Amino acid sequence: MIISLNHYLVLAALLFSIGVAGVLTRRNAIIIFASIELMMNAVNLAFVAFARHWGDVGGQIFVFFIIAVAAAEVAVGLAIIVVLFRHRETVNIDKVNLLKW
Amino acid sequence: MIPTSLTPYLPLLISVIYTAGVVGFVFLFVLFANWWERKVSAHMQDRLGPMETGGWHGWAQALADAIKLLLKEDIIPAAADRKLFKLAPYVVFTGSLAGFAVIPFGAGLIGTDLNIGLFYVVAVSSMVVIGILMAGWASNNKWALYGAMRSAAQMVSYEIPVALSLLIPVIMTGSLSMQEIVAAQEGGFWHWFVFRSAPFSLIAFVIYFWASLAEVNRTPFDIPEADSELVAGYFTEYSGMRFAMFFLAEYGNMFIVSAIAATVFLGGWQPLLPALDFIPGPIWFVGKAMFLVFIQMWLRWTLPRLRVDQLMHVCWKIFMPFAFANLMLVGLWQVLVQ
Amino acid sequence: MEAFFFLLLAVVSIFSGLMVILQKSPVASVLFLVLTLVCVAALFVMLSAPFIAAIQVIIYAGAIMVLFLFVLMLLNLQRFTEGAWSRFQITGVVVAAVLAVVTALLLRAVPLPADSGFLRETPGLGSVEAVGLSLFTEYLLPFEIASFLLLAGIIGAVILSRRRP
Repeated sequence: MIISLNHYLVLAALLFSIGVAGVLTRRNAIIIFASIELMMNAVNLAFVAFARHWGDVGGQIFVFFIIAVAAAEVAVGLAIIVVLFRHRETVNIDKVNLLKW
Repeated sequence: MIPTSLTPYLPLLISVIYTAGVVGFVFLFVLFANWWERKVSAHMQDRLGPMETGGWHGWAQALADAIKLLLKEDIIPAAADRKLFKLAPYVVFTGSLAGFAVIPFGAGLIGTDLNIGLFYVVAVSSMVVIGILMAGWASNNKWALYGAMRSAAQMVSYEIPVALSLLIPVIMTGSLSMQEIVAAQEGGFWHWFVFRSAPFSLIAFVIYFWASLAEVNRTPFDIPEADSELVAGYFTEYSGMRFAMFFLAEYGNMFIVSAIAATVFLGGWQPLLPALDFIPGPIWFVGKAMFLVFIQMWLRWTLPRLRVDQLMHVCWKIFMPFAFANLMLVGLWQVLVQ
Repeated sequence: MEAFFFLLLAVVSIFSGLMVILQKSPVASVLFLVLTLVCVAALFVMLSAPFIAAIQVIIYAGAIMVLFLFVLMLLNLQRFTEGAWSRFQITGVVVAAVLAVVTALLLRAVPLPADSGFLRETPGLGSVEAVGLSLFTEYLLPFEIASFLLLAGIIGAVILSRRRP
């Protein structure tokens, strides 16, 4: 069996779908966040696989930027969760419905 | 003498033997360092330390301790998260042992000369933090949790000055491969990176050494396991074999940070003077690393422990700006010289 | 050999990915995410991107996940496991399954060039040199923008989590 681009893409698609399922089914803000990270990693995997396929380092550079953005996003996101917890004593996002009509 | 049908498996055999040798070396080092630390601390306090076990200066004390730990009852606290509690020592120990794969003991004596060697060590050592957090959390004990949180904060912060100061020899070599960094320092101690393009690399060496003390939780940065306030930090609840794993990882890390300092700043396995090259490389390398380990022990009995706020102050307000400025100046220096 | 390692890593990463969303306790979930990240890093090495793999382990597993665990332990969120699942649980699973099937079908339908092996063999593809050169020439502007984004992230996190008197 020769491993080619398609195998990596299928794996990335599966991981991405698992992340989507996590975001849609869980209510704990931290686990939703973890699922988003899972989706980002699936995308990273696809980028690196494409970089390998076309022999172009550009895909890897994109992964570098995605990781940088993920770091900034996690720092701010977790700060929001901490503030949320201080105010409402919960991280269940169904209970955070102040702006919902 | 070796049948030709076996020749394809020869590299595999060699790497298996090498791996076994390195693991054996780690165990021997930990036994020796344990005894040595007792002796060093005893003599610094005008005591004798272990004298009875085994005869000559209590040489078998560490061995006896190891056997005692192996035979001890394995206790898991009732309120602990059993799975995580069992897993944590292995994560910490693996993270520590994995670093040895790229430590260059001699001219050809390296597990694998990765082209991202130095970066790899930083990467695997960052996995140790996860294991420590697991241990502290799973113990379900407030001392353990405090220790783990302090340790995580400390190790994540100090990784930055460590990485920044390791970049300076990398800039001077133009490679991250351990063997190439060693090869670039050939010919006498004045070619070692500590003394070349001084004072930048000297500052980098000093910052690396201090920050690496924080990475391995040694005094004066041992607040995660400060015995007088936190019992023993994140491994308070561990006993027997599981405690021994943490102990192995801790001393293994002591050797790794010293070995990296020896590799990138002190010429690795290169002799002190070119005339002394009849002494084999591994002896030079282990000797240099052991000297740095000795300095770590020396500092332990010389300096008081820092407070948490002082620790963060030192890292973010002193080491970080100096390491950054240093890095920029070395870059400028390299551009101007070439 | 390559196929074996790919299958092993793929199975482990999918298993741990599933455990991320199936575990009740957030700490276990985040630890399984660490396992997934390490598997993906190993796949990066197989795709000749060792530098990116090291970055992944250092930044993701070593820093971001530590931040997750830190927040979980700081807030002691382990207590909050009630109401773990959404009301739209079944819908969510169906949507994700449809997404997976559609993506798989699309991958089959789009004729990707060269179904056997990779298209090009580029020596030194993911080396530090190649990544660095590309990053500091072609992608210099995005690099600077990313650094500004990180600065904004730091300031945002500090301001958000500061206790107001």
